[in-house]
Amino acid sequence: MSLRKLISNKTIAALAVIVTAFANTSAFAQAAAATAEKPVDMGPVYKTATFYVLAFLLVCLFVAIVGKALKVYELTREAQDKPKGINWDAINGGLFALFLIVGLYGVYWEYTVHGNMILPEAASEHGKKIDQMFNITLILTTIVFIVTHILLFAFAYFYKHSGKRKAYYYPHNNTIERIWTIIPALVLTVLVLMGFLTWRSIFYKVEDPNNKPISIEITSSQFAWAIRYAGADGVVGLKNYKLITSDNALGIDFKDKKTLDDQLAEVMVIPVNKPVRLILTSKDVIHSFYMPHFRVQLNTVPGMTSYFEFTPTITTEEMKAKTNDPKFKYLFLCNKICGDGHYKMQREVKVVSQAEYDAWVAELPTYLTDDLRKQFNLPVASAPASEPAATAPADTAAKDTSAVKTNQIALKK
Amino acid sequence: MSTISLHDTHNHDSHDDHGHHKETFLTKYVFSQDHKMIAKQFLITGIIMAVIAMGLSILFRIQLAWPDKSFPLLETFLGKWAEGGRIKPDFYLALVTIHGTIMVFFVLTAGLSGTFSNLLIPLQIGARDMASPFLNMLSYWFFFTACVIMMSSFFIQTGPASAGWTVYPPLSALPTAISGSGLGMTLWLISMVLFVASSLMGGINYVSTILNMRTKGMDLWKMPLTIWAFFLTAVLGILSFPVLVAGVVLLVFDRSFGTSFYLSDIVMGTQVLPNEGGSPILWQHLFWFLGHPEVYIVIMPAMGLSSEIMSVNSRKPIFGYHAMIYSLIGITILSFIVWGHHMFVTGMNPLLGGVFMITTLIIAVPSAVKTFNWLATLWRGNIRFTPAMLFAIGMVSFFISGGLTGIFLGNASLDINLHDTYFVIAHFHLVMGSAAIFGMLAGVYHYFPKMFGRLMNSKLGYLHFWITFICAYLVFFPLHFLGLDGVPRRYYAFTEFEFMQKWVTVNILVTWSAIIAALAQVAFLFNFFYSIFKGKVSSQNPWGANTLEWTTPVERLHGNWPGEIPTVYRWPYDYSKPGAEEDFIPQTVPFSQTMSSNMPHDFEGNAEAERIQREWEEKEEAAGRTKLD
Repeated sequence: MSLRKLISNKTIAALAVIVTAFANTSAFAQAAAATAEKPVDMGPVYKTATFYVLAFLLVCLFVAIVGKALKVYELTREAQDKPKGINWDAINGGLFALFLIVGLYGVYWEYTVHGNMILPEAASEHGKKIDQMFNITLILTTIVFIVTHILLFAFAYFYKHSGKRKAYYYPHNNTIERIWTIIPALVLTVLVLMGFLTWRSIFYKVEDPNNKPISIEITSSQFAWAIRYAGADGVVGLKNYKLITSDNALGIDFKDKKTLDDQLAEVMVIPVNKPVRLILTSKDVIHSFYMPHFRVQLNTVPGMTSYFEFTPTITTEEMKAKTNDPKFKYLFLCNKICGDGHYKMQREVKVVSQAEYDAWVAELPTYLTDDLRKQFNLPVASAPASEPAATAPADTAAKDTSAVKTNQIALKK
Repeated sequence: MSTISLHDTHNHDSHDDHGHHKETFLTKYVFSQDHKMIAKQFLITGIIMAVIAMGLSILFRIQLAWPDKSFPLLETFLGKWAEGGRIKPDFYLALVTIHGTIMVFFVLTAGLSGTFSNLLIPLQIGARDMASPFLNMLSYWFFFTACVIMMSSFFIQTGPASAGWTVYPPLSALPTAISGSGLGMTLWLISMVLFVASSLMGGINYVSTILNMRTKGMDLWKMPLTIWAFFLTAVLGILSFPVLVAGVVLLVFDRSFGTSFYLSDIVMGTQVLPNEGGSPILWQHLFWFLGHPEVYIVIMPAMGLSSEIMSVNSRKPIFGYHAMIYSLIGITILSFIVWGHHMFVTGMNPLLGGVFMITTLIIAVPSAVKTFNWLATLWRGNIRFTPAMLFAIGMVSFFISGGLTGIFLGNASLDINLHDTYFVIAHFHLVMGSAAIFGMLAGVYHYFPKMFGRLMNSKLGYLHFWITFICAYLVFFPLHFLGLDGVPRRYYAFTEFEFMQKWVTVNILVTWSAIIAALAQVAFLFNFFYSIFKGKVSSQNPWGANTLEWTTPVERLHGNWPGEIPTVYRWPYDYSKPGAEEDFIPQTVPFSQTMSSNMPHDFEGNAEAERIQREWEEKEEAAGRTKLD
């Protein structure tokens, strides 16, 4: 009805013509005016915009004409006392069936094409468990997804309206309902248990005395990362945000002897198969430390220190071979909106052999430069490597106290 | 009950005496206290806000698809925010923030709940109006003011709030952190307080109306599922929205009065801020304590509407009416104890993460029950594909897809790598951006005759549905894979990372699909506004539905029914009942008039009624036998 009126309304048609004419002339006028002084020549821009607008109007007109034709067809059928011309129920039911077939193929295509563009296998110990669980969840959900959609669209197709048939009055069936409450509940229980155990294994680590983690502190700020290595003593020294100056950008507390050998790195280099304990802090707003290849993510929150321990299992070189991509790089990035530079916050991660790591870390300069030593009245000459008392990798107790101390200082201020 | 109906009649009479001839434009269309008019106000405001928010999304989709390209036309419209024809990073963040805020709160909460609760609660339970029409009017005008204030932030120097729709402090608390956290954020907070006030006024009204003003015979277990959904939604809103206000007030204090609820140990550049002892995580707890129930506030009305529409158009009772209600109740209760799944990786105690994972995955059970019941409702139905029905089926499809991806995200271990990636975007756009919107559109097509007395054009409706349905899948399905590749959300451009560059082509596909889907909405908008004035005039019960709203006259009187409010005798889903003449039996038809189709369970153990039915059946049988003889 509405469409017929629309088309029969000649003013609309006239309006379309006028719009076309006006748009063209104005486009030319704009083109002439724009070339005169503006740095950006807006003429073609307006022309393009007008083109798209007109194209859209043309589509609208086409739709209106089709609508009108359909209406005329239906009215003639009605006038001739024939059964209703177009069975829209059949068309929509058929479209659902078509959508199901094309959609299933589309899902297959997505899984195989885009599904091959996703992250490579997890490069960490716990990541493997996560991937395994992901795959189980993916298989279960895909089955449910496909089956329910086949049912949904097949029902839509097979039970489309027909004057001859009456719907089946079937208000409830307690047995069926019980079944489809219990089965999802059981499946989800399995998933919950798996998820819960994996979650616990990630966050409640039992430390292996023979393979103690190396500590690396990450400090996020708008829009940069600072990576601090523990140095020879294996303990990341204390810091206090109140000590932050332009020279001491992390606010390291040099009264704590453990800070003296701490090293600052541009790239995060970690030895393969050695646990890494990340100490995550933030200077200004919330950021999120995200290492997609290692299935590691934890927010960095100002005023709160958080920890994530993981063990890399695949070196960068191995991953290059596995992904067949010579340019492959591990990295970590910011995954919590933190301001307009959010999309640029990244650092490279290199997983290397223990020997390579040892060589690299020995070369790493200490945070405490001679300039800082002068500023904080510390002896300039002392060699940083010989400074710490504890030369062996620190034990757990030392590390934990350092963490507690950071908190205490935070409370005391 | 009798006192209430007396009271109603009195109201109605007094209205007849003084009301009608004094009604001015202002009292009828602007400061109306009639629930149907307020519903229309909510709907049209919601549609306008939806169009705006959709426009914003197209802007940032353009940026994502063509990050290196300049669009001089953007500068013409946006000025300094798109200098050189390219959207700036801070404005990009403002766009995503305001898009999210408008869509979640103004469109899917007020536009959906506000419209259909207002329209349908009095009509479907048999009441003359809301319990408090004045509060109802205030509710709309608070909402309207909230919308205006939110939009006004586009016209200030520092731009709108841009810390994401969840406005996590410290980013949202410190104007030095991002320009949108200046005046724009203040406006966001004011707008949100007004919005919550509006929501509460609405919610209190819905609950009190449903509990107190049901017509004779309309006990709770005879209410349509729409009413159950609106009721539980309103309860959720009343219990959770105040928590947001508390959070917002504390944030206002932090921003304007130097308190430290959310701030501690912060250094901007080298400037050490004096705040100590607060925790940014506190905001996240408060926000998500509302935020998670909020997503059910968004989806439950859509579920209710779809259930009703699918039953009517399948000409079949909804399968498992009681199970549907219990699952709604289950969702309502569980939704209060799952908020922590938004915070698995905030660094909160891992023990909490484990607990929230368990509660989160449990909520999938009632959702699964609902889905299977919808499928069972379609099974062996006689499905009429009205546009409303198409959208209801689309809603089920999106709810399945989005619900299943929720199982990944609700699992704390998997969430470690999926948190805040495009997988999350894809997930919640399927459930909220698609399923809830489709439920809302289904409601609009279905109840348009009850709002305007006319029908919308069904062919344009088909066109609208198919383009939107296909394009919504084209937009959101591929986005899952970006998330699985570890692409974070809220990234201004994918140009800075080598591994993301392969997704730019996918972004072009997604953006074009989004543009086509947006253009398809023109078909809806034209259909909607054109049909208000020129649509085919509707009959009283165009869909052959059982519920009470279709017993009101097409003219949509103030007070809803010209005479007495009808009495309700049966549940609302007696479609295609064997033995009945027609394929529907309205709720107002007593069992004494449908002796041939009554079933034992209809009488709910009423011995007297069962006896009468038995006697009638024996008589029929005897008559049949004599006829045969």
